[in-house]
Amino acid sequence: MTTTVPTPAGSAETMILNMGPQHPSTHGVLRVVLELDGETVVRAVPEIGYLHTGIEKTCEAKTYTQAITLTDRLDYLAPLSNNLCYCMAVEKLLGLDVPKRAQYIRVLLTELTRIGSHLVWLGTHAIDIGAMSVFLYCFREREEILKILEFVSGQRMMTSYFRVGGIALEPPTGWLDRVQRFVDMFPARLQEYEDLLTENRIWKIRTIGVGHLSAEDAIAWGVSGPSLRGSGVAYDVRKMFPYSSYDEFDFDLITRPEGDCYARYLVRLAEMRESLKIIRQAMPRITPEGPIRADAPGIVPPEREKMKTEMEALIYHFKIFTEGFSPPPGEVYQVIESPRGELGFYVASDGSPKPWRVHVRAPSFVNLQALPKLVEGRLIADTVACIGTIDIVLGEIDR
Amino acid sequence: METPQERNDNPVVRRLQQLEPGLAAEVLEYRGEMAVVVPRERIRRACELLRSDAELQFTFLSDVSGVDRFPVEPRFEVNYHLLSLYRRERIRLKVRVPGANPVVESVTSVWPTANWHEREVFDLFGVRFEGHPDLRRILMPDNWEGHPLRKDYPVEGYR
Repeated sequence: MTTTVPTPAGSAETMILNMGPQHPSTHGVLRVVLELDGETVVRAVPEIGYLHTGIEKTCEAKTYTQAITLTDRLDYLAPLSNNLCYCMAVEKLLGLDVPKRAQYIRVLLTELTRIGSHLVWLGTHAIDIGAMSVFLYCFREREEILKILEFVSGQRMMTSYFRVGGIALEPPTGWLDRVQRFVDMFPARLQEYEDLLTENRIWKIRTIGVGHLSAEDAIAWGVSGPSLRGSGVAYDVRKMFPYSSYDEFDFDLITRPEGDCYARYLVRLAEMRESLKIIRQAMPRITPEGPIRADAPGIVPPEREKMKTEMEALIYHFKIFTEGFSPPPGEVYQVIESPRGELGFYVASDGSPKPWRVHVRAPSFVNLQALPKLVEGRLIADTVACIGTIDIVLGEIDR
Repeated sequence: METPQERNDNPVVRRLQQLEPGLAAEVLEYRGEMAVVVPRERIRRACELLRSDAELQFTFLSDVSGVDRFPVEPRFEVNYHLLSLYRRERIRLKVRVPGANPVVESVTSVWPTANWHEREVFDLFGVRFEGHPDLRRILMPDNWEGHPLRKDYPVEGYR
């Protein structure tokens, strides 16, 4: 839909426009410097760093357990995915196996988080393009997910619920009933969003053919997650490198060949259905009783009862909470499929109770880098659609 | 720092050595993850081969992470986490960089996604990437002094 003959960047005809860092459709504090020729974007340069909080540096001054709370604050729409990836990285460092029951609870909760995160994406993406009501509906359903998370972990957003070796505490009685209620209610709601958008003429005009990304470009730019699968590349960490018992679950890998905003929309909507499938399969696997933490004295805090009767348990408890635990020296890179793509944690240990280095491979950080590819040569209004479609969270981009 | 054993029977390493001997200076394995230490001046060549070889096809650069091993020399490490969708396999390339002259060849010509990753390592560690098209700070303000993720940079108080 380019309306003018392309003007070379830097010529006298163009003007520079700052989009952000306070623009409502930049999802936080993203600033995009746009070079415009009339309404056509000639060049787009994303500028990040406005939310830099030094989380990676702070991790080096915390014990392995304390650092979990920092990971919540990376991708604040999917805190459990961050918890999971970090805990699994440390578990890999330690060579620790997590009990099956804890793995299933982890899978169920991260898939709930994925739905919640996709709902925020759908709502904000739709409101950016002008569909107000979808936003309200999405946040209504997300609220139900947050209530479940609050019921289970005590926190709506900053859950810190997964710990090294398992999960923090036994989920309260009746939590699966709440999940069941959500699972029963949600498919009809999902259909409502589809009714509002999928065949909506305005929605289709604003998204079909907009922000095209070819499969080759997507791989070369390191794009991952639904944005990559929307370009027809069948890469999902859950399928390619199954973790936390994902290989036991039956779900489909969704791809679309088109590579435009509409394809990415369809992929994410279908993924919510797949997440529901996984949740349905996980629920019967979670037995009412069973271990939720690995049997690893000195790493996993002992049970309260044991501390009252066993001297060793008391000593371990004291040592874990005063000093922490020390993985052997080494380095690991653990990846999971977060709602936004391949989330990676590189954790290096020097044998002390504090990590020597924690590096986060934030999917939003990498996906955002491909933004100029999507918007250059298109109209300025499409920029809004393109920023929405790659689903960024500035918390993990700037860290 | 590490306590891994040496191993050379990995097919990726064998193929890499076959393509150009000496690219894999050292092979480390830890918890099932392969890391290949590449001589600093040959990292771009190693990346080109890993990406373009029909048997390997490491077309996806996941991540580039810097590490400061202060006070050990060579002080810095740059880790490249590669993924081959074709082989369903990951590998880590590691380059050791001395603190006195921290320069590494840029791999942006191999994978464009390396652009921001390298800017981040430059910003936070002060490792420079030769041949990078746009080596500016990315997370810290442009006029910031020092490189915050270096180990001799304090967590709190005055710098």
